[in-house]
Amino acid sequence: MLTTDILIEWLVKIGVVFFILMTAIAYVVLLERRLLGFIQMRLGPNRVGPFGLLQPLADGLKFLFKEDIVPLEADKALYVLAPMIALVPALMTISVIPFGDKIVILGREIALHITSVNVGLLVVFALTSLGVYGIALAGWSSNSKYSLMGGLRSSAQLISYELALSLSVVGVIIFSGSLDLVEVVKQQNSFWLGFIPKWNIFTQPIGFLIFLIAAIAETNRVPFDLPEAETELVAGFHTEYSSMKFAMFFIAEYANMVTASSMATLLFLGGWYGPFVDKFPLLGPIYFSLKILFFLFLYIWLRGTLPRFRYDQLMRFGWKFLIPVALANVVLVAGLALLIY
Amino acid sequence: MLGLFLDSSTPIFGYLPIVLLLLVATAFPLIALAIGKVFRRSVFDRTKLSAYECGNDPVGDARERISIRYYLIAMLFLVFDVETIFLFPWAITYDQLGLFGLVEMFLFIGILVVGYYYAWRKGTLNWV
Repeated sequence: MLTTDILIEWLVKIGVVFFILMTAIAYVVLLERRLLGFIQMRLGPNRVGPFGLLQPLADGLKFLFKEDIVPLEADKALYVLAPMIALVPALMTISVIPFGDKIVILGREIALHITSVNVGLLVVFALTSLGVYGIALAGWSSNSKYSLMGGLRSSAQLISYELALSLSVVGVIIFSGSLDLVEVVKQQNSFWLGFIPKWNIFTQPIGFLIFLIAAIAETNRVPFDLPEAETELVAGFHTEYSSMKFAMFFIAEYANMVTASSMATLLFLGGWYGPFVDKFPLLGPIYFSLKILFFLFLYIWLRGTLPRFRYDQLMRFGWKFLIPVALANVVLVAGLALLIY
Repeated sequence: MLGLFLDSSTPIFGYLPIVLLLLVATAFPLIALAIGKVFRRSVFDRTKLSAYECGNDPVGDARERISIRYYLIAMLFLVFDVETIFLFPWAITYDQLGLFGLVEMFLFIGILVVGYYYAWRKGTLNWV
């Protein structure tokens, strides 16, 4: 039965994880601005607080005080709804992501995930693919040409790369035999020859690369940030958005980045596993965060390095390269698995 | 019916926290918007509220006809997405299916590759 104990445990977990997620998003934005600054031989924001550490707070306050503009020609209901549709699923994905094994607090065994469902991977895919509705509706409801083009481009891009993304995961599922993310991670907990961790990245480097590329495209980041393409579309689907509604799209984008990084970690980099994690389970979340940080750094590094694709190049790359390679990878992994079993 | 959700022995029990998180995640933007409404000022100005078009008056409506390519991509997506969804349960039970599963999947993907080749030759995958 649902007891108050369980309910309190859930609520505390949700509160803590939600707070950590929001803080992480705020500081990833700061990290991105500082790192981009360093990459471009400047300092980045460093005036608000020590090392600019209070900058996210200042940004948040600014978003609250800015005037909220709803264009006269816009479809008001959808215009207000769109950023929420983008944000809510992006924040919800954290519910099934495990970030550690069980720990004991106050004599109570607590599993380090909000919930574990046996189709966790599908839940994440379902929620992340809902985000496309927010972007498409934002583009359409703004009634601005830039927004509409950005929204259309984005929806076509998201659905194209989603195929490669889900196909690249099939190889992992063949080995884990489960869609439960906890099971997927636990299956990576041992070593070859005593020191090489059994992470899926070593058995499926092709799948990992496809996943990484498709995940970057799914989160609309450089070099796949065509929906925003400042030089041609101003800001794409959020051209007309300002104030808190703009902030919602922003938070959604960074939440999606965190989700994509966590998924890459869970599926291919052994999740929370690392040295001594069996003896000290509290190390789990630390390893997990470090691995996520690596992917977030990669995102920012790519942004500081690569130019943007042209739209026809993007579609050709997705449909004529990534999808056939992902399909071939599925066949290859299935064949290899048969040899091993 | 509600009792089924609250019974910890049913598989659906694990989904309750997701529903709780949905409430929290929905409350967050609503509260943020409400707080913003208290603090910010709003001055009506017709020019400010028109759609952005590089400073000029917007010409016509934005909801014009759009490229047919987007429809083609959407249709292709449906076909491939359904295929991917079928691959998931196959992958989970793969260790039990063995060689039979591999051959079955070859046939399945083979049929799809024929369609993919057709779409490629027809130029559906070319953007320009």
